[in-house]
Amino acid sequence: MFQNFQDKFYLNFIMDDRWKYLVNGLKTTLTVTFFAVIIGILLGFLVAVIRSTCEKTGKMKILNFICKVYLTVIRGTPVVVQLLIIYFVVFASVKIDKTFVAILAFGLNSGAYVAEIIRGGIMSIDNGQFEAGRSLGFSYPQTMIYIILPQVFKNVLPSLGNEFIVLLKETSVAGYIALEDLTKGGDIIRSRTYDAFMPLIAVAIIYLIMVLAFSKLLSILERRLRSNER
Amino acid sequence: MKKLMAAVLAGAMVLSFGMTAMAEDDNVLVMATNAEFPPYEFREGDEIVGIDAEVAGLIADKLGMELQIDDMAFDSVLAAVQSGKADIAMAGITVTEERKMSVNFTDTYTKATQMIIVAEDSEIQGPDDLEGKTIGVQLGTTGDIYVDDVPDASVERYNKGFEAVQALLQGKVDAVVIDGEPAKVFVSQNEGIKLLDEAFTEEEYAIAIAKDNDELLEKVNTALNELKDNGEFQKVVDKYISSDDAEEAETEAASEAETEAVTE
Repeated sequence: MFQNFQDKFYLNFIMDDRWKYLVNGLKTTLTVTFFAVIIGILLGFLVAVIRSTCEKTGKMKILNFICKVYLTVIRGTPVVVQLLIIYFVVFASVKIDKTFVAILAFGLNSGAYVAEIIRGGIMSIDNGQFEAGRSLGFSYPQTMIYIILPQVFKNVLPSLGNEFIVLLKETSVAGYIALEDLTKGGDIIRSRTYDAFMPLIAVAIIYLIMVLAFSKLLSILERRLRSNER
Repeated sequence: MKKLMAAVLAGAMVLSFGMTAMAEDDNVLVMATNAEFPPYEFREGDEIVGIDAEVAGLIADKLGMELQIDDMAFDSVLAAVQSGKADIAMAGITVTEERKMSVNFTDTYTKATQMIIVAEDSEIQGPDDLEGKTIGVQLGTTGDIYVDDVPDASVERYNKGFEAVQALLQGKVDAVVIDGEPAKVFVSQNEGIKLLDEAFTEEEYAIAIAKDNDELLEKVNTALNELKDNGEFQKVVDKYISSDDAEEAETEAASEAETEAVTE
């Protein structure tokens, strides 16, 4: 049994330097996730602020409409389909870096979910805070930036963390556009060795470790942000 | 934490063992294939048809069994046989030394080639020109494995053969290396791409059967050879592959396979 395990391990990871598929895949997965998170946060904040401003003040109706369409389309279609559309339809007949396509697709996708999380956060802040800000002479944007958003960020951090964990795992469909991410790396090993157990379990464990590390970082950040609360 | 890890691993193991135990006995012959590979196997309406599918049906008849076809990704086909989820695998599988280590092969039944598809105005003339180019392949096919040896080439492994061809049509890759018969179909279906005369490699297809199932291997071999001897095998091949005259039937079948693949 153990000998068998050793042989399999050798066949799947050591022979022909197959572990490199996993390492390179991991790098791609991390790159895609990192930049997609950044796009997601920026886009999400923007959309959330536009949406809640419209709800609170009735301004920016056209922008609000565009945001609504964006949310509907992105949340209404699977991320794999979006990815394929961006690769094969939007960028048809262009030789384009696939990592970039993946970052764009996952960033756009994540942005929609982040937007709703943050909007929920903004709406949950008591209206009195807005009124207090305005009566102290702050303009609407100032109230938003200095009073509302800092509180929002702290409140939505757990849900945001959750969204990024989902995003990290969702990037596993990047293989559909022949991008060699972690999952695809495992698939390539699988297609060479015809062994399902080793590559799949290895890939699963790597994802698990990444998610655990990320959760840990997040809980540290949460604790720091709470340190001024008593 | 350790407990969680142990539970996860144990769960995975139980699953994999449980699966291995399944799909034995009965009077059903389960065939694993990837039905996106015209003319060997493709979908026509609700059915999976093609040379492999029909030959498997004839073999099942000879064994007095009922054929059940399981459609899956090509890179899972051999794993399915190995783990006992399927009894035989027929998916235009090329016999290679590496694959022989994990499954047994019957006698070969078809000669096949890996062909190169390029854009009509491409500077690529033959296999040697692939050096340093971007090559599209289908993950896990022999084309995928052999292009690893092309110096400096960057390989893009698509899940499906037609996606690699689509990438070629959009100029995302410089060439596609894929089995000869599907290559012909893809080229006949699309404008602006051509097949190079010189093949990338030559190889032979066979049926894959699990290592420990010698009994079935022998039975299938006997049935296969009988079919070859009495001409039934050739009849099936002629139905799908035409040298010249039956070209129409082939393109027709292929166009259906194509629509199927696109709507998938």
